[in-house]
Amino acid sequence: MLNLDAAFSALADPTRRAILARLALGETTINELAEPFPISQPAISRHIKVLEGAGLIVRRIDGTQRPCRLAPAGIMGVDQWLAVLREALTNNYDRLDQVLATMKPKRLRGKR
Amino acid sequence: MSKLTLKTEGDTHVVVTRRFAAPPEAVYRAHTEPALIKKWLLGPDGWSMPACISEARPGGKIRYEWVNGKGGGFYLTGEYLALEPFRRTVHVERMYLPDATPDNRVETRFDPDDAGTLLTLRMTLPDGETRTAMLATGMESGMEASYARLEGMIGSKSP
Repeated sequence: MLNLDAAFSALADPTRRAILARLALGETTINELAEPFPISQPAISRHIKVLEGAGLIVRRIDGTQRPCRLAPAGIMGVDQWLAVLREALTNNYDRLDQVLATMKPKRLRGKR
Repeated sequence: MSKLTLKTEGDTHVVVTRRFAAPPEAVYRAHTEPALIKKWLLGPDGWSMPACISEARPGGKIRYEWVNGKGGGFYLTGEYLALEPFRRTVHVERMYLPDATPDNRVETRFDPDDAGTLLTLRMTLPDGETRTAMLATGMESGMEASYARLEGMIGSKSP
């Protein structure tokens, strides 16, 4: 379940963003994930827990391993919200251009 | 040509600029009068703003409500802190998604620019982490590219 607040604070950390980028290449074990980072495996596990809690990744049980992968719904949810913001600014201002074109200077003076 | 610029400043600021072919009075009014705000501050196509409160005085309330006509909706509340008619406004705002996002303090400037207006939005977030989260919104081109990549990869893996 996606929690936008949790998702955004999860994304605020560079290590967690790097973990997500790595997971974008496919399912990975904690050992493999920890390899490129100069931090301990327990520290990576804590980051994984945050990402899991935020709904951005999911884990499955495979023997003694618990490999991680991206949770498409979580990433899409964040991405959708982001796309809304991006699009909102551009669309809004294009629309404002049109509104301004219809505003008459006469009416402006009347408001003073 | 892209008219919109978006950049970060220091640890907690985001600055947006956009030029308009209308005088500062008109752009200012379009940002503070509910009847005008409802015409353009709508986000993606298909969304509308059924309720808009904008009490353009220091301490005045702001409340924007958006719906997409398909059961989706969210809202924003805020307060005006300072207004210099046709030149500048300062307000705080927060989105409810449904939980409130941290307060975003926004200074909006309406500067004359030839026959038009240079609009400058200077946002101040409570801390660097909040801003990073906001920029993770894809406002920063680098992040946008990573997200596009992520989305592409996820898309190709979807059933």
